[in-house]
Amino acid sequence: MSKRNLSIRVPILARVEGEGAMDLDIRDGAIEKLQLRIYEPPRFFEKFLEGRAYHEIPDVVARICGICPVAYQVSAVNAIESAFNMDPGPWVKAMRRLIYLGEWIESHALHIHLLALPDFFGYQSGIAMAKDHPAEVRRGLKLQNLGNEIMRCIGARSVHPVSIKVGGLHKAPDDAKLARLLRALEEALPEALEMCDWLASIPLPDDQQTFNCTALKAANYAVEDGILVSSTGLNLKPEQYDQHFTEFHQPQSTALWSHMDGEAYLVGPLARMNLTAQTMPAISQPVMHKFAHRFPSNNMFDSMLARGIEIVFAMQEAISILQGYSRPQHSFIESTPQESQGQGWSEAPRGLLWHHYELDRQGIVRKARLVPPTSQNQARIEQDLHRSLLNFGLDNSDDDIRLHCEKVIRNYDPCISCATHFLKLNTVRR
Amino acid sequence: MSDKPRIAVHKFSSCDGCQLAFLNMGEDLINLAEQVEIIHFAEAGPVAEDALVDIAFIEGSVVTAHDQQRIKQIRNNSQYLITIGACATSGGIQALKNLAADAADWPAQIYGQPQYIDSLDQSGAVSDYVKVDFELWGCPINSAQVVELVNSLLRGVSPIDHQDKVCLTCKQEQIVCTLITQGKPCLGPVTRNGCGALCPSFGRDCFGCYGPAENSNTIGLANRFAGLGLLPDEIQRRFKLVHASASENQRIIARDLTQDLAQDLAQESSDE
Repeated sequence: MSKRNLSIRVPILARVEGEGAMDLDIRDGAIEKLQLRIYEPPRFFEKFLEGRAYHEIPDVVARICGICPVAYQVSAVNAIESAFNMDPGPWVKAMRRLIYLGEWIESHALHIHLLALPDFFGYQSGIAMAKDHPAEVRRGLKLQNLGNEIMRCIGARSVHPVSIKVGGLHKAPDDAKLARLLRALEEALPEALEMCDWLASIPLPDDQQTFNCTALKAANYAVEDGILVSSTGLNLKPEQYDQHFTEFHQPQSTALWSHMDGEAYLVGPLARMNLTAQTMPAISQPVMHKFAHRFPSNNMFDSMLARGIEIVFAMQEAISILQGYSRPQHSFIESTPQESQGQGWSEAPRGLLWHHYELDRQGIVRKARLVPPTSQNQARIEQDLHRSLLNFGLDNSDDDIRLHCEKVIRNYDPCISCATHFLKLNTVRR
Repeated sequence: MSDKPRIAVHKFSSCDGCQLAFLNMGEDLINLAEQVEIIHFAEAGPVAEDALVDIAFIEGSVVTAHDQQRIKQIRNNSQYLITIGACATSGGIQALKNLAADAADWPAQIYGQPQYIDSLDQSGAVSDYVKVDFELWGCPINSAQVVELVNSLLRGVSPIDHQDKVCLTCKQEQIVCTLITQGKPCLGPVTRNGCGALCPSFGRDCFGCYGPAENSNTIGLANRFAGLGLLPDEIQRRFKLVHASASENQRIIARDLTQDLAQDLAQESSDE
């Protein structure tokens, strides 16, 4: 190996949500510095939440992230309902799951087609790729729109929807719209399966590695709630999260890092598939069974196929909820605020999202803490960058090295806007 | 060289949700890309932050010293500058920071090493720093607003600044009034139209995410909320969410409502 010196700066990482950069220094043929630098300024959401009433929280936390607002709303209402000892019942749970599935479809289809795939086909953007692969990109955008349509049906709009409240939904969705939505999903399902076939056929870098995985688990593939499981054998309820997970501040990042029992870990689609694929109804069906052998996977680049499979799962699950739909008498139960504290979580498109609130007896927030998926993945991303780049070879051209590093980062679908929007420090690493 | 208009989409402090008005267009995004040349739009791929463009769209508010320089540079490089969404237009939800007495201490309260955090005490609207040619209000804006605006600009027509109030859509769509029939503290009477009265159509009171409309009677509405039984703090919180820095909302937020509302209500009852 040559003893080259090299310095690469990517001041604005393209095709990620939010503002990040990458710095790489190679000296005498060895990596001296390799960092994902998150410089998006903090927005201090945890401070804004102090003094707000419990019923205002869903509208505040939605604005942390335009791509996954439902994840924030659902984790928040889970935490508050736990604090108030409320159970809104199966209809509300099914509706929240439905709108959440819409968000998974929207977010995954956006990431696959507009953010990640251009890396694999050598384009600058999904729009540029559409010139040569119009059918595939248009199909992806159609699926993305279908996810948005689910969110519009249940929540009035897809960015910062307005229907989720503590105790249920402000209003039951319109029956005629749900019927149209069901037809659209049934018609588009074969296209989602074709997309999976196509994704499975794309050659990936062979990049085997070992890493910890963490995900929620439920009887029917966890989305809106579940029990936390990990490859290290954890089995936790939301209130036990703090016993194993710690956050800390690294100078190169305005997003806090997180460790599980002192180690880096992965959350998100690949972690979910690696740990809980056997709970997913879709994967056991004949049309999907051909993908089952790919999981659990030690190749991080299988994240893209995991997203594709989750799109098919989400569409099938949405169809099944819609087929069994009946209009409830009430779309929510009343809340009785009390001095309390509560934790709640859910599986955001990018992985585990944990919330903790302390409330006074009027239900006003005294203190809030939120841990988003991208904070949790940061340590894992840097770990992967180092070994993946060594595996790729430091003798490659500057451009190839830069592109490879960007591809590794984008594969995690980092949502930097999310990751820098709160952050409360409870542990300082020394 | 192409003779298509050159556009840029820049991100400042935000949730990325208004950029989705482009990325959620579906096939229209590809059609749009045929009518314009997308020079800079980091989330979509193209990066050329300092390029000269015909139209610059700005998402997000100005919150760091670096942001202040960047927005001036973008203004110099752009023929036409448009803010998209609450953050860029009024400072957004993060302008709640502007109302806090101890905001300067927040980085130290949150980060282990606050010396690495570049953060101004205020979250500023783009118009606090440079001239803005057109504003799209909304938290978030929607694709229909973007399509209407781009079509106007492509045809050389001045875009229309929609100034109606949310109430108008409720009347047109025959949506039952949440304020009158359910006694909910709806901000529809003082809020810009454009969302399609989504909250009232879902049975809940508008919380003003499209920002204050012109010539609106915020004091009268605050009095009405007091009549519904809301305490001064609850009334102020209604006006203090996604557009806390907007001057119309400041008329309510900055007042001592305990004093003022008591006087106004006494005045009203003596008028009767």
